[in-house]
Amino acid sequence: MTTLANQQMTAKPAKNTREIDTRPLLWPSVIVLFLWMIVPLAMTLYFSVIRYNLLNPMLTGFAGLENYTFLFEDPALWTSLWNTLVLVGSVLIITVVFGTLFAVLYNAEFHGRGVARLLVIAPFFVMPTVSALVWKNMLMHPVNGLFAWLQSLVGMEPTDWFTNYPMLSVIVIVSWQWVPFAFLILLTAIQSLDQEQKEAARIDGAGPVDMFFHIVLPHLNRAISVVIMIETIFLLTIFAEIYVTTSGGPGTATTNLAWLIYSVGLLQFDVGYASAGGVIAVVLANIVAIFLVRTVSRNLQQG
Amino acid sequence: MQDDARRKMWTTALAWFIALVVFFPIFWMAVTAFKTEVDAIATPPSLFFTPTVENFQEVFARSNYGRYVWNSIAVSFGSTILALAFAIPAAYAMAFFPTKRTPGTLLWMLSTKMMPPVGVLIPMYLLFRDMGLLDTVTGLMMIYTLINMPIVIWMLYTYFKDVPNEIMEAGRVDGATPIQELFLLLIPLAVPGIASTGLLSIILSWNEAFWSLNLTSSNGAPLTAFIASYSSPQGLFWAKLSAASLMAIAPILVVGWMSQKQLVSGLTFGAVK
Amino acid sequence: MVDVVLQNIKKAFGDVEVIKGVDLHIEDREFAVFVGPSGCGKSTLLRMIAGLESISDGDLMIDGQRVNDLSPAERGIAMVFQTYALYPHMTVRDNMGFSLRLAKLPKAEIERKVNEAARILKLEPLLDRKPKALSGGQRQRVAIGRAIVRNPKVFLFDEPLSNLDAALRVQMRIEIARMHSDFDATMIYVTHDQVEAMTMANKIVVLQGGVIEQVGSPLELYHHPRNRFVAGFIGSPTMNFIDTQVQNVQAESVTVSLPGGGSVTAPVKDRGLKVGDKITLGVRPEHLLESGGDGQIQGKVLVVERLGGATYIYAQIEGNQTLTAEIDGNSPVKVNDAVTLGLSGATCHLFTTDGLALEQAARHPLAAIDRGHSVAH
Repeated sequence: MTTLANQQMTAKPAKNTREIDTRPLLWPSVIVLFLWMIVPLAMTLYFSVIRYNLLNPMLTGFAGLENYTFLFEDPALWTSLWNTLVLVGSVLIITVVFGTLFAVLYNAEFHGRGVARLLVIAPFFVMPTVSALVWKNMLMHPVNGLFAWLQSLVGMEPTDWFTNYPMLSVIVIVSWQWVPFAFLILLTAIQSLDQEQKEAARIDGAGPVDMFFHIVLPHLNRAISVVIMIETIFLLTIFAEIYVTTSGGPGTATTNLAWLIYSVGLLQFDVGYASAGGVIAVVLANIVAIFLVRTVSRNLQQG
Repeated sequence: MQDDARRKMWTTALAWFIALVVFFPIFWMAVTAFKTEVDAIATPPSLFFTPTVENFQEVFARSNYGRYVWNSIAVSFGSTILALAFAIPAAYAMAFFPTKRTPGTLLWMLSTKMMPPVGVLIPMYLLFRDMGLLDTVTGLMMIYTLINMPIVIWMLYTYFKDVPNEIMEAGRVDGATPIQELFLLLIPLAVPGIASTGLLSIILSWNEAFWSLNLTSSNGAPLTAFIASYSSPQGLFWAKLSAASLMAIAPILVVGWMSQKQLVSGLTFGAVK
Repeated sequence: MVDVVLQNIKKAFGDVEVIKGVDLHIEDREFAVFVGPSGCGKSTLLRMIAGLESISDGDLMIDGQRVNDLSPAERGIAMVFQTYALYPHMTVRDNMGFSLRLAKLPKAEIERKVNEAARILKLEPLLDRKPKALSGGQRQRVAIGRAIVRNPKVFLFDEPLSNLDAALRVQMRIEIARMHSDFDATMIYVTHDQVEAMTMANKIVVLQGGVIEQVGSPLELYHHPRNRFVAGFIGSPTMNFIDTQVQNVQAESVTVSLPGGGSVTAPVKDRGLKVGDKITLGVRPEHLLESGGDGQIQGKVLVVERLGGATYIYAQIEGNQTLTAEIDGNSPVKVNDAVTLGLSGATCHLFTTDGLALEQAARHPLAAIDRGHSVAH
């Protein structure tokens, strides 16, 4: 009787043989990621409310929202936010439009398809400093660049791209790098389109245009939204391309938020002020991140 | 039938035209790498020239190129190995011993990737300065490990999920402990997945140009930072820039071409396969 | 003397109870088959015996020892999985020897045991191949070999034949049955295929919704189903059920009316039925006769399926009900023909409105027999 009671006692807290202690496996990653997320962010927040200038050690003390007030009154902030918006927006439109068209085109049968696809995705694997320099020097240079020569062939004055159209030039370079990304993702998505669905639509009398708008585009919906969100996260802080081409100029013509924070913090050494800018960047990125996490989590639940 | 053939011809022409235009800057860079400096800036551009490997020799001789290459290799391989060492056990735990908190943990890890680097640039710079990590391979390696870890964990998680649970259960019936399951069954089974995850991590680290530009200058600088030094006016040696760039991108381009399928699922956190 | 005893075994995933208290005694050297529709809990129950799922409540005893909290390897079981679950990166030899290697047996002994199993299963020429170089049947053999080398007290099979084509399935069925006689081992086998259950089992356990509906020998389930579910699940094509009424109640028999006006008397115990009570008459297709019988039902042929040896007809009878009958393959019956189907009282089953069967007055002479292999008791 007592043994039976004992047995039932031990049987009660249903011990799952699968439930081993996984903490030693999981926690190292969780801990380092947690520190990586929290420590610098806390420091940014802290710096943003103190007076801290590397060139002027006498300047100390709690600043309250002073850094933020200065920042919001600084026209450079608004210019940089506008530039960020223009840069991100244009590149998003260009990459999604061309990425989609290319995906449709390169999904069709043609000779040498495999090699042609490789050529189109290649720019994505080029390091940003290399692509920016190749464009800046060898293509867009007003004297020796290839574009200048092409313009002179048709009797035009060569354009000084980075002086006259600085933002456009940066947009072109960044788009050249990111169209392949959008293309690669959307091509993969388009390949998962059910062949039978396309055939059924054709039997129902859909032409190529109907097919694109009613079958292909709806199918790409989610992939496009993923492309937009991931690109946004990277594009919000475009840095290397500006660093090697325009250095934010002329004036503040190509100063985006990332460049502003860099120049205030590491060129003018005003840590407090730059940190306030950093906080704004984090807030902006988080707004995008919420949407991305939601999309991905829906995916996670689907299986 | 003839319509089909004509359509295919037009598609071929258009697709190849676009492909060549898109690829042209890389091609032009590769060609320039074999020109003399005079040919490189010639207008009209010289199409017929005597190729020379002088530039490659000079890049090596004049600029400690070897050190930058070595730094790039050390940083990208080192950070990848570190990230895998952290990620393999974590992904294993989450894929095969899921709890109620597992989806939340995964999403949280993903969200750490969303933090814009400029948001924490200043504190990281100061921390690195105070810890003596500025301009060191070690420091950069640590940063790259951290920024790639969420992607590495996610990719491994998706690969591990594809390993049939029954195989692991068979191992358990055969008497394997969880650690033996990991080392004797899962890792050997997931070698292709682990390899492509590693390749993605190497590509991302190799091309990373925010932290390398901000935290290194010479001793610890990888190729991204070295190439950026050609942007200064005195660095306008296009042929040498091209030679250095070609060597910097060629290996990663090949790796990228080989692993494009896995890249898609890795870069989209499995949302597009 | 390896028996497996389940005492009030329960399994809950969160708030959902999927195994609702199972009591079962599988005796030494018995071949027990868990059968039931998908989602009935048969695989979960097997995995609980294997130790791959935890047991929420109740006791599981193997060989007299309570094993609830033991790991799979400590329970003395071996399992053959539905997908075989071979280790793709190991050769056949290493697959079979893996458990022995983990148990740190000497190399020579591992070698000997693996070779012995390979000899029994005729796998010797394949020992150095990887699983992906094997056919489905060969993989199945390796999975069995991996179980054999461990010399387990109990073999567990989780739908092991469902990934094989029909011909191979029959062949493997015979081999597993032969293996059972050769090894004299206790085996528990899960399947959704009632043919596998009927042909292989000493003891069939019919499960539905996490509870046992009936336990018995194949012919006991066939001839004496305890309720309507078991009657419908065992046998193919499935049993016909006709809703009708009690016409007369005698000692040791009940007469029910048939659609179209006839009646039939079944030798069953009445359990307090009254004339006029609603009742369901069950009769298997193979027990419907083209002529003769104790009672007749008129119908019109809707569909004829000729299998060669036998012909299935689907006939519409009064009350818009359909009957399936298995008749002689040489019958010239055509669609739209009028047919008269005969029933003999002895092959009729009666089910009361709660689904329970009325007990047959006499046991079927073969109800206690099993596959021909006599269990040593």
